[in-house]
Amino acid sequence: MVKKQKGSIHAGLFLLVTILIVLAAVVITAGRFWWLPPLASEHGAWTDRLFVVTLLITGIVFVLVQIALAYFVFRHRDDPERRAAYFHDNKPLEITWTLVPAVIMTLLIVSGGRLWSRIHQSPPEGAYEVEVWGEQFKWALRYPGKDGQFGRTDIRLINDTNPLGIDTKDPASKDDIFFPAGEGELHLPVGEPVVVRLRSKDVLHSFYVPAFRVKQDAVPGMVIKTWFVPTKEGEFELVCAELCGLGHYQMRGIVIVEPMEKVQEWLSQQQTVMDVIP
Amino acid sequence: MVRETTTEVHHHKETFLTRYIFSMDHKVIAIQYLITALAMGFIGLFLSWLMRIQLGWSGRQFPFLSRLFPGGVEEGIIKPEFYLAMVTMHGTIMIFFFITAALVGGFGNFLIPLQIGARDMAFPFLNMLSYWVFLASCIVLVVSFFVTGGPAAAGWTAYPPLSGVAEAIPGSGLGQTLWLLSLALFIASSLFGSLNYITTTLNLRTKGLSMGRLPLTVWALFITAILGLLSFPVLLAAAIMLLFDRHLGTSFFLPRLFIAGHQAGGEGGNPILWQHLFWFLGHPEVYIAILPAMGITSEVLATCCRKPIFGYKAMVLSLLAIAFLSFIVWGHHMFVSGMNPLLGTAFMTTTLLIAVPSAVKTFNWLATIWGGNIKFTAAALFAIGFVSVFTTGGLTGIFLGNPPVDIQLHDTYFVVAHFHFVMGTAAVFGIFAGIYHWFPKMFGRMMNEPLAKAHFWLTFIGVYLIFFPMHYLGISGVPRRFYDFANYDFIPPSVSGVNIFISIAALIVGAAQILFLVNFVWSLWKGPKAEKNPWKATTLEWQAESPPPHGNWGPQLPTVYRWAYDYSRPDATEDFVPQTVPVVGAPAGTDGGKH
Repeated sequence: MVKKQKGSIHAGLFLLVTILIVLAAVVITAGRFWWLPPLASEHGAWTDRLFVVTLLITGIVFVLVQIALAYFVFRHRDDPERRAAYFHDNKPLEITWTLVPAVIMTLLIVSGGRLWSRIHQSPPEGAYEVEVWGEQFKWALRYPGKDGQFGRTDIRLINDTNPLGIDTKDPASKDDIFFPAGEGELHLPVGEPVVVRLRSKDVLHSFYVPAFRVKQDAVPGMVIKTWFVPTKEGEFELVCAELCGLGHYQMRGIVIVEPMEKVQEWLSQQQTVMDVIP
Repeated sequence: MVRETTTEVHHHKETFLTRYIFSMDHKVIAIQYLITALAMGFIGLFLSWLMRIQLGWSGRQFPFLSRLFPGGVEEGIIKPEFYLAMVTMHGTIMIFFFITAALVGGFGNFLIPLQIGARDMAFPFLNMLSYWVFLASCIVLVVSFFVTGGPAAAGWTAYPPLSGVAEAIPGSGLGQTLWLLSLALFIASSLFGSLNYITTTLNLRTKGLSMGRLPLTVWALFITAILGLLSFPVLLAAAIMLLFDRHLGTSFFLPRLFIAGHQAGGEGGNPILWQHLFWFLGHPEVYIAILPAMGITSEVLATCCRKPIFGYKAMVLSLLAIAFLSFIVWGHHMFVSGMNPLLGTAFMTTTLLIAVPSAVKTFNWLATIWGGNIKFTAAALFAIGFVSVFTTGGLTGIFLGNPPVDIQLHDTYFVVAHFHFVMGTAAVFGIFAGIYHWFPKMFGRMMNEPLAKAHFWLTFIGVYLIFFPMHYLGISGVPRRFYDFANYDFIPPSVSGVNIFISIAALIVGAAQILFLVNFVWSLWKGPKAEKNPWKATTLEWQAESPPPHGNWGPQLPTVYRWAYDYSRPDATEDFVPQTVPVVGAPAGTDGGKH
C-alpha cells in the first residue's frame, strides 16, 4: 500500500480471517475428515448423492460470496482522498441475481421432490415387517409371527407380563413374537425391503439408524410406517434422535442384518405370545 | 398518512419514578427492554458455558459446580436432567428473551418513532404495559430455575408428551408450567408491542415521509411486527391448550400413554398437533429475530460505506417475500415427524424458495459495499460480520430444507450449526451493530471504539471456531440434545476432541463478551459526550439531540424531503444529505423521492 488508509488493519484482517475460514472449510470438507457414516441401505445412496450435489452448489456459493465480501471490504476500505461512488440500482444485475438462485433452487426442489416421493412410495407387497416401540429409554420389538399379522394392542392392557399391551383375544396376536424394551435385537434381512412400524408407549422417540439414512419419529397413539432396503450384512446401531427424557442419550439398540434364511431360522426359535403371556 | 403536530409536549414535571421506571417515553422503554434483554442474554450465555463444560469434559468432576448448583450437579458432575434443563432454557432465553426482546422491544421502540419523526408511539401506555408484562415473563422464567424438579427440560420446542406429563422428565413439573406461563406473558407483551409498531408506522410518519422513503430499519421492524401479530397468538393458544392438558385433564396433545409404570395421558390427543401449532409461530419467530437485524445491517452498511443502500426496492420486496413465505414453511421442521410426506414436498418448495429473497439481500449488501469508502466503526464491523455469518448459515438451510437430505441431518449437530449461524449469531451481530451504532443517540455518550473492535474480532473469529466444526459433527451423524456420546460406535472417536475444541472456544468467546459489558457500563457514565450526528448519517434520529428529550423534537416536527440514503451524492458538497434537507427547487415533501 502506498497511501496510508484508515482502517487498513481491519480490512486486511477481515480478508485474512475470511481466507483462513474458507481454506479450512474447503480442506476439511474435501478431505472428508468427518463424513457421512458408512452406508448400508439402498435409498441412502440416492440421498447421499443429493447431499453431495447440495454440498457442491452451496460450497461454491460459500467460497465465492465470502471471498467477494472480504475482497470488497478490503478494496473499498476508508480512503480520505476518495469519495464513495453514487449508484443504487442496476436492473439487469438485480434481475440476474434473482433469477440465477431461482433456477438453482427450482432444480433442487425438483430433484428433492422426486427423490422424496421415491423414498415414500408404498412398500412392495409382502415386504418383511417388524414393529419397533420406543419407551423411555429402550427399544421394544414385535415380529408378526407366521401369519404375518400383528395382533391388536391397547395401552390399557399393559402389565408386567404384557409390556406392549397385546390383546391375546385377537387371533392374529397368538403367534406374535415380542421383546420387552431393552431385550432382543432387531433382525432384518439383507437385500429385502423392510417395513418398520414405529410406535411409542410414552413420549416422542425417533428411530435413527445412521448407516441406513433412516430417521423417523415414533409418536404415541400413532403407527408410523417407514421402509428401506438394507444392503449390507452386519451389526448396526439404532439411536433415538428425538429428545425423550433423561436417558435419551442412552437409548441405543442393535440392528442385525443377515440373509433372510438366517432371520427366519432365528425367528422360528423364539417364543410366541401364546408361550409367554398366560 | 401524515399527522400535523406542532403542539408542545409534556410540560408537567416528571418524578424519577415516572421518568425512568414507569415511563411512557418510547426511548426509556426501549432502554428498559434492551437492558433486560442483555441481562437475560448473559444468563443464556452462562447456561451455554455449563452445556459446553458437560459436552467437552463429560464425566470429569468440577467440584466448584457442585457448590454453585447443589441440585443439578452431583459430586462435580452435571446431571442429565440439569443438562437438558440448560439446553431448554438456553434456547428459550436466547430466542425469545434476548434476541427478540432486544431487537423488537429494544430497537423497535427506540428507532420507529425517531426514524419516522414522531414524538412517541401511538399508544404510550400500551407500550409501557408491554415492557412490564415482558419483565413479568422474565421473572416467571427465572423463578422456574428454583422450583422443585428444576426448570423446563423438554427443549425450547416443548414437544408433548414430554412437556405434557409431569412424570416424563423432572423439569416437566412446576418448571414446565412456569415456562408456559412465562411464554404466555411474553406473547401478550409482544402483541402489545406489535399493535403499537404497526399503528405508529402507518399513522405517525412525519410530513414528507412516505412509505417509500422509510429507512430499511423501519421497514424491517414494521414487517416484523406484522409477523408477530399474526403468528404469536397461535402459540399463545397452543400454550394455553397445553396448560389445560397438564392441569385440567383435557387431551389436546396427549393420547393414551404408559409412562413411568402407569397409565397417563387422555384419549384422542395428538402430539403432532402441538408441533404444527408451535412451528406456525416457531418459524416466523426465526424471521422475527432476523428481519430487524437485516434492517440494522442495511442501515449501518449504508452509513459506514458512505453509499446509498443498493436496490432499496428489492430490499423492501425481499423483506416482504421472506415474511410472507415464513408463514408457509413451518413443516420443514417436521419432515420426519410422522406428518404426511406429501406435505413434506409442499413445505420443501416454499422453504427452498426463501433462498431467493435471501440471496437478493446478500447480493444487495455486497453491491452496497462495492464502490464504498468504508469507515471501520465497530458497528460497521458487526454489520459486515452479519453478512458473513448469515451467508454461512443461510447456505446450510438448503440442505435442511430438502427433505431427502434432511432425513440424515435432522436433529444432528448440523442443525445446531445452521441455526446458530443464520439466526443466532446473525441476530446477535445485528444487536451489537445496533448498540454500537445507536448508543450515542440512546445515552448521549460514545462507546470506546478500540474495545468494541477487540470485542468484534474475538466474537467473529470465535463464532466460526465454535459453530463451524458442528457441521462436521452433524455430517458424522452426531445427534443434538445428547448429554454424552460415549457408547456409540458410529460416532468417530475424534468427536470428543472436536467437542473439547468447541468448548474451549465457547468459554473464551463467552468471556470476551465481558469486553462489551465493561464498555457499555463504562461508557454510560464516562464515555465522551456524543454530538448530534457522530456518524454523519442521513436518517431523522440524527437530527434530534443526543439523547433526544421527551417528545424527541422541538416545537416543530421535522419535515422530510428525500429518501434515507443520500450518501455521497455527486451534487452535494458533504458526503451525506440528511432527509430533512430540502431538494433544491422542489416544494416540501413532494419531490426527492426520485433519488
